[in-house]
Amino acid sequence: MLFLINIIVAGLLSGLMYALVAIGFVLIYKASGVFNFAQGAMVLLSALTFVTLNEHGLPFWLCFIITVGVLIVAAVLIEFLVLRPLVNRSPDTLFMATLGLSFVIEGLAQLVLGTDVHQLDLGIPDVPLKLYGLQVSDFDLFTAVVSILLVAVLALLFGKTRVGISLRAVADNTLAAQSIGIRLPYIWRIVWSVAGVVALIAGLLWGNRQGVQFSLSLVVLKAMPVLIIGGFSSIPGAIVGGLIVGATENLADIYIGPLVHGAVSDWFAYILATAFLLIRPNGLFGEKPIQRV
Amino acid sequence: MRFKRSLQTLAGVLAAASVGLSVPPAHAADHANEQLYPLFSYRTGPYAPAGIPQWGGIRDYFNYINSHGGIDGVKVLVQECETAYTLERAFECYERYKHGYQGAQVAALFDTSSGFDAAISDEARADKLPVVSVAGGREDAVDGAVFPYQFPVLFDYWTESSIVINYIAKQLGGLDKLKGQKIATVYHDSGYGRDTIEPLAILAKKYGFIDIEIPVADPGEQQQAQWQQIKQQGVNWVFLRAWGVMTPVAIKTAARVGFPSDHIIGDIWSGSEEDVKPAGSAAIGYKAVTVFPSGSNFAISQTLKKEIIDPGKSDLRDTSKFGSVYYNAGLVAAIIYSEAIHTGHEKFGNRPLTPAEGQWALEHLDITPERVAALGATGLLSPLKLSPEDHEGEPSAKIQQWDGHHWVVLTGWLNGDRALFHDAIFAKAAAYAKQKNLPPRTPVTN
Repeated sequence: MLFLINIIVAGLLSGLMYALVAIGFVLIYKASGVFNFAQGAMVLLSALTFVTLNEHGLPFWLCFIITVGVLIVAAVLIEFLVLRPLVNRSPDTLFMATLGLSFVIEGLAQLVLGTDVHQLDLGIPDVPLKLYGLQVSDFDLFTAVVSILLVAVLALLFGKTRVGISLRAVADNTLAAQSIGIRLPYIWRIVWSVAGVVALIAGLLWGNRQGVQFSLSLVVLKAMPVLIIGGFSSIPGAIVGGLIVGATENLADIYIGPLVHGAVSDWFAYILATAFLLIRPNGLFGEKPIQRV
Repeated sequence: MRFKRSLQTLAGVLAAASVGLSVPPAHAADHANEQLYPLFSYRTGPYAPAGIPQWGGIRDYFNYINSHGGIDGVKVLVQECETAYTLERAFECYERYKHGYQGAQVAALFDTSSGFDAAISDEARADKLPVVSVAGGREDAVDGAVFPYQFPVLFDYWTESSIVINYIAKQLGGLDKLKGQKIATVYHDSGYGRDTIEPLAILAKKYGFIDIEIPVADPGEQQQAQWQQIKQQGVNWVFLRAWGVMTPVAIKTAARVGFPSDHIIGDIWSGSEEDVKPAGSAAIGYKAVTVFPSGSNFAISQTLKKEIIDPGKSDLRDTSKFGSVYYNAGLVAAIIYSEAIHTGHEKFGNRPLTPAEGQWALEHLDITPERVAALGATGLLSPLKLSPEDHEGEPSAKIQQWDGHHWVVLTGWLNGDRALFHDAIFAKAAAYAKQKNLPPRTPVTN
C-alpha cells in the first residue's frame, strides 16, 4: 500500500513540474489566443543563460536578474519581428510562427551558449526525507511551494491588476480591446515577458533535476496533454492537469507497462488527453467558446 | 548616413559572395587521390553533447595523420553531414556520399547511430558498401556470412551483459554467489535498450540470479516510478542502459530513493563525463563499462596534444573535452579506420580504396597488441582481429568509476562469455538470412 501511495505522490510531484511548463503556454494563450509552441525553447534559453552566467562566477540573484532581462529583450524582439507583422492573422498562422520561432530560439541558444551539458545546483537537497515512509525530498516540497506561489501571483496579476484585465480583454476580443485604447504590442510584450519568467522558473527546477541541456526543450511534449486536460486558458487547470498526468503516467508505467512489455509513460498521457477531448473538449477548467451563429 | 553605410557594406558582402559563387565549382576529380571519410555528425539537437567531442577526436586524429602525409601517403578527406541524430537526415547523408565526393572514394562508412546502423542494412547490402559501427550496431551482423557489408566492430551489448554480470560476481566473491541476487536492468525503451533482454535471460538461467527488466520511455526525464519499483523489490544491483538525459536523471533518482550509486553499472553509452556531471554529487561512486577509457596520458594522446591541441589546430572549441570518454571514442574510431585502410594498402597498393577493397581490408584487419603499442594506443584500444566470418573481433571492456571529478579505471580489459551467446547470435543471423531469402555467401579465400 505504501508503495502505491509513494508512486502516486511521486507522480503528483512530477505533475507539478509539468504544470510549471504548461503555465507558460496558458499565459500566452489567455492573452492572445496563440498556442505558443516555442515555450519549451524558452525554457531551454532561460536555463542555459542562467547556468552560463552562474558558471562565470556571478551570484544567483544577479544571474536571475540578467536572465530576466534577456527574456524581456527576447519578448520585445518576438513581438516586433514575429507577432506584429502577423497581427489579425488566423491562430493557425500564429501557431506556425511560434513553431518556427522554437527552432530559431533553440538554434541561437546553442550557437551562442554552446551545446554542453551543465550541472545546475540550486542548493536544495534532493534526497528522501522519509516522512511516514513517503519518499519526498526537500526539493519536491520546494517545487510544490513554488508552483502554488506562482499560481497565486499569476491569479492576482490576471484578476486584480489593470495590466491583467487588459490581458484578458485582448484575449477576449482583440479588436474591441484595441478600440478602447489598449495597446496590443505593449500587452504582448508584457505577456511574453511574464511567460519568459515562468519559463525561467521551470527551467531552473527541471535543470536542477536533469542538468541543463537541449532535452529541456522537449518537456514541451509533456505540457501538451496537461493543457488539453486542464484547459488551455486556465492556470489552476494547468496545475490540476499536471497532477492528473503525473500520477496516471506513473501508475501506468508500473501496472500497464508490464502487460505491454514496455514503457508507456510517453504515450499514456496522450491517450488520456484524447479521452478528455472526446468527453470534455475544453478541458476541466477551459472556457467554453461562445460564438454568434 | 549610418544606414547608407550599412547598405554599402551589405552591397559589398553580396558582391563578394557573387564573385565567390561565380568561381567554377571544384572539378569532379579534385579529390581523386584522397580517401573519403563521410562523417554523419550531430552537432545540434539533444545528443550534440555526446557527438561534438567524438567529432573532435575523429577530426584531430585525421588532421594529425594528414599532417604526416596521410595513411601511407593517402590523405583522408572528412566530409561532415549534419544529422541532428535523426534517421531521415542520416539517410540523406548516406545518399549524398555513398558514391564518394568529387573523386574521393568511400571505402567504408563509419556510422554514428545504432538506429541508423539497423535501418541502413538493406541499402548497404544493395550498394555493396561496408558499414562499420564501432561498439554498437546489430548483434547478428557479427556473422559475416550473412552480413557481408556490416561490421559491428570492437564490442556488443550481449558481451557487455556478460561482463557486467561477471563483474558483479567478482564483487560478491564468485559466480556461485549470484544465485538469488536481484539484478535489475533499467533500459532505454528502444531497439538499443532492449538489446540486452535476451542475453540477460540466458545469463540468469545459467547463474540463477533474478533478472528484472525495467523500461524507461524516451527521453527518460522522469524515472521516479521505475526507481521506486527497484527500491520496493529490494534490487541488489542495477545495470543502467541509458542514453542522453536518461543517465543523469537515473543517477539522481536513484539517490532520491536511496539506492547506492556504486551498485549501479552503466552501459558504455552511459559512462561519459556528460552523463555524470549533471548529476553532481549523486554520481560519485557510479560505475560504468567502457571501451573508450578517458584520459590524455596515452602516447597517442600526448602526440595529439603536442601537434594538434596546443598549436590550436583542434576541431574542439572547448579543448577541456580533450581526453574525455567521447573524445577518445572518436579517436578509437579514427584509429580503427586508419588501420583498416592501411591493411587494404598492403594488398592493393597505396591508393584510395574502393568499397569492395574496403570490405576486404576490414575482413583482414588485425590490430595486434604490438600494433596497438606502435600506434601509442595501449590501454586506449583493445587488440582487434576481424575475419570474413567474424565481423566483430574479440570484444573486451573495462569498468570505470566516477570520483566526482574524473573517471577512474578499476579493471584491465575484461572479456565476456562470448561462447555462451554464440549459438543464439548465429541462429538469429541464420533466421534473418532465411527471412530475407539471402543466398549463402561465397567463402573468402585470400
